[in-house]
Amino acid sequence: MSIWFGQHRAALVDAVRRLASSPLNSALSLLVIGIALALPAAGWLAIDNLRAAVGNVAQIQQISVFLTTDASARDIADIEKRLRSSGIGRFRFVPRDEALKHLQAREGMADLVAGLPRNPLPDAFVVDAENATPVALEEAARTFADWPKVEHVQLDSAWVRRFDAFLRIARLAVGLLGALFAAGLAAITFNTIRLQILAHAAEIEVARLIGAGDDFVRRPFQYYGALQGMLGGLLAVGMVAGGGALLAGPAGELATLYGGSFALRGPSPLEIGALAGGGALLGWLGAQVSVALHLRRFG
Amino acid sequence: MITASAVCKRYAEGREALKDVSFDIADGDFAYITGRSGAGKTTLFRLFAAIERPSSGGIVVNGQNLAALGRKAVPYLRRNIGLVFQDQKLLFDRNALANVLLPLSIVGLPAREAERRALAALDKVGLLDRAKAMPVALSGGEQQRLAIARAVVNRPSLLLADEPTANLDTDSATDILGIFRAFHQVGVTVVVATHDPQALADVKPRVLRLDSGRLLSDSPLGAAPPSAGGLATGGAAR
Repeated sequence: MSIWFGQHRAALVDAVRRLASSPLNSALSLLVIGIALALPAAGWLAIDNLRAAVGNVAQIQQISVFLTTDASARDIADIEKRLRSSGIGRFRFVPRDEALKHLQAREGMADLVAGLPRNPLPDAFVVDAENATPVALEEAARTFADWPKVEHVQLDSAWVRRFDAFLRIARLAVGLLGALFAAGLAAITFNTIRLQILAHAAEIEVARLIGAGDDFVRRPFQYYGALQGMLGGLLAVGMVAGGGALLAGPAGELATLYGGSFALRGPSPLEIGALAGGGALLGWLGAQVSVALHLRRFG
Repeated sequence: MITASAVCKRYAEGREALKDVSFDIADGDFAYITGRSGAGKTTLFRLFAAIERPSSGGIVVNGQNLAALGRKAVPYLRRNIGLVFQDQKLLFDRNALANVLLPLSIVGLPAREAERRALAALDKVGLLDRAKAMPVALSGGEQQRLAIARAVVNRPSLLLADEPTANLDTDSATDILGIFRAFHQVGVTVVVATHDPQALADVKPRVLRLDSGRLLSDSPLGAAPPSAGGLATGGAAR
């Protein structure tokens, strides 16, 4: 086992040495891989941020549950209890007086509200559903509508469906882009390893002649590919995080202008791990195919 | 140690490099394979090292039938054979010590033990003080000695050399042959392919003489060496 570890450690050190021995070439390869991974990663994050931003600013994922005007305090408490036990998500009670004040505060509405003989607005609950898919929201809305003392349930279903369809198309496009760039990354590694094999042809030939097996010859190249992919993935994380930091201020200001608050989300630890790990895996894959094809000439 | 039975080797272009060659080399033997250029010496060397396969016939090296040897088993065979090439096949981007360390890293010897053994191998060939030198800074004779150090560092029981004194001056060639004899004296089986008459002159080695791919003669160990130019009349080939 110690021999096995020793040989892997030696292969890793050899791979690092090979990367460091041509810094310019390595830097350019890493840059290309970094960009290839950063583009789909940025797209993925942009969609996620857009979903959060639109949900926050336009409240399109909220369900408003309006009660009948004769709903008593006991009825309100009953609805509140039902909402809590449903586990739908966060919700808050908006008393009819508060709703009227909100209406009055809107531009041009003060005079109109002042002219009303009585408060026409009902008590209401505003629900932020945890599951914001159109199907789940519509199901919840139907359930609420059947409860006693509920007059009307409001959900902009069409808007939610349109937005959800847009998100699905965008996710699919990012997925396709990701697959395309992943293939590109594997191809870059394939070619890099091919050049590495050519550069180390003498070493490989000698090693073969004095007893090196397939694993011994392949291992440094596999580590090289995986290392290059992983570093490219980390570079992509840096690019996405840097771009996010630059956009965070303007995005927050834009959200404020639409009456919401929004903080742009950067890559999570899981996403960082996925980019680095995915890069390493794709690099290893490209290297594996390359060594399998190009080492044949060494017998 | 080595058994060749009716070995033939034909290349794709139709050239027949070896024709029905048979002989045995026992454990502890020191044998020269000699003949003019194109006689088949290097082909025989490459067949013993499983670099090439015979077209027909059988070769057994270290108890392993090379005809039945799988591709994955070849590296293990070579780890137990010390190979010395005419062109040395040194790695010119690493120093002498690193060249000798390569076979040890292949078998996965721990770094400290590997370095100790590599330095000992360099010492045996008189290159200990050149351990940090790059091959390009070594003379032809020193490069060949370095190649021998790399070949013996894994302590093989069989040492095969292909024209190890070609392109060397007389003194360097004498040094190289002396090193081979020293390894033979400690029990290593040594087979040297050479056309160098000097190799056959100063001792009474066993000489396998090839001509145009055929084994013409096999003078057993201790028999009078053949004259450099003529054909041997010693032991008969099997």
